[in-house]
Amino acid sequence: MAATAIECKNVSIRYITGDFKAIGLKETVIRKLTHNYHVKEFWADKDVTFTLERGDMLGIIGSNGAGKSTLLKAITGIMIPTFGTVKVKGNIAALLELASGFDGDMTVRENAYLRGAFLGYTRAFMDAKYDEIIDFAELQDFQDYQFKQLSSGMKSRLAFAIACLVDPDIIILDEVLSVGDGAFRKKSGDKMREILDSGVTGLLVSHSIDQVRELCNRVLWLDHGRQIAFTDDVDFYCDAYEEFLMTKKLPRTSADLQKLAQGHKVRMAAEEAEREKKVLARAKSRKSGT
Amino acid sequence: MNKLIQTIKKNSFLFQQLVHRDFTQKYKRSILGMGWSVLSPLLTLLIMKVIFTEFFARDIDHYTIYLFSGNIILSYYKEATKNGMSSLVDNAKIFTKINVPKYMFTLSKNVSALVNFGLTLIVYFVFCVIDGIQFWPGMLMLVFPVVCLLIFNIGVGMILSALFVFFRDVRYLYDVFLTLITYMSAVFYSVERYWFKRYFLLNPVYVYIKYFRTIVIDGKIPSLPYHLLCALYAALAILIGSRIYKKYNHQFLYYL
Repeated sequence: MAATAIECKNVSIRYITGDFKAIGLKETVIRKLTHNYHVKEFWADKDVTFTLERGDMLGIIGSNGAGKSTLLKAITGIMIPTFGTVKVKGNIAALLELASGFDGDMTVRENAYLRGAFLGYTRAFMDAKYDEIIDFAELQDFQDYQFKQLSSGMKSRLAFAIACLVDPDIIILDEVLSVGDGAFRKKSGDKMREILDSGVTGLLVSHSIDQVRELCNRVLWLDHGRQIAFTDDVDFYCDAYEEFLMTKKLPRTSADLQKLAQGHKVRMAAEEAEREKKVLARAKSRKSGT
Repeated sequence: MNKLIQTIKKNSFLFQQLVHRDFTQKYKRSILGMGWSVLSPLLTLLIMKVIFTEFFARDIDHYTIYLFSGNIILSYYKEATKNGMSSLVDNAKIFTKINVPKYMFTLSKNVSALVNFGLTLIVYFVFCVIDGIQFWPGMLMLVFPVVCLLIFNIGVGMILSALFVFFRDVRYLYDVFLTLITYMSAVFYSVERYWFKRYFLLNPVYVYIKYFRTIVIDGKIPSLPYHLLCALYAALAILIGSRIYKKYNHQFLYYL
């Protein structure tokens, strides 16, 4: 039996927001005195429960504000759940919003080491991996450039390379598989699959359902913090989710789900037919044109 | 135990990298930047010497060194705590994405201020020679207030950085507070003739300045209770600072 890598039990996270951000001490005092100080609380995640075994790849799906990123923050230990428990075995490489946290005045080399240090690696380890990282990011000729001189694609490539080449036990990908140009995207996709094949546990947040279908063997569906499903039936739930995105009807029962998935199949078939018709029409018009 | 060693090892690499980054950001790789941080207290000293000698120098021996002692310690305190204050906000992008111990940012920000202080301290001793100060073994005791001051500055930096996350106008309020500290630290005057001179000891910065003057100018080692007072201020600051960091560790990100 495979070992448990991540266990989330009834995880609920209360998030606070409101106009208390950056208003200053004087303003805060005045607002408190005039009873005009508002803090909104809401549950970013409510009762989320799932278990991942080593080597699993979880796709977290859900529309904006579903609580995906908050959940990831709880798993990386940046936030602690208000209720429930998160248990994680192994070290985590988080790829949350790749290119931030680099320093523009420092060189590519220095930034690579700094990022390595943030991710918790030692100097010896970074010395050993550095060349590989630079090769993968295709930045051999830019090592001593200041970071601000790079293009944004280059920056993301470096970030991706560092996070992937430092063999983590758990890798967290928040909307990151779409960096770089087409060639690099293919390379990073290949690397990703290689990493996953090597038994690393992964969590992927992506708005690209195709990516989830391709890479993941588990799916967690969140909606406004609520757990709609945690399942290994990736295709079925991805169908249902895609249909949900079109119809905005949240499934309440398994019958609803069936209907959504079925609806998706019908729609796909219709679109396929439509496409074929267009291709035929185009071929026909070309023929008649010549 | 093994785990502790591993944590230190891991964090020491992070610490080096952060210090390196802070230096790069601060001096933008210019030698002049470094030189300026030594030159600027010297200029302040010059101005004070010119202006205040006429008013206060009569009652005070070695007035230049008296001024200089006050100046270097006060400016070290100001620089370290101001740097420390921004340590969390400046690094918000990092610690809201990656789980890093937050005190590392405050610690690394304190290093550059400490290095500057070290540089000015060299100039200070050169001035001691010029001013005809007798060097004696007791001067080694100066390490004590320096260590206390370092810990005190880290502690105050932690407190301020947390406050700065919650209230962004703390920066301006602190400037006002620093003006108060500046005048209450007896940098250019002597407190000896005031009946309330004991109350100056409520100001930690003054306590550390007085320690320096007692050893360097008076050639005496302060009493044991005085040492305890130095240590007490340092301990209080670092304790409160780490309590705040511990308590709000997971709440900072709501405010950023």
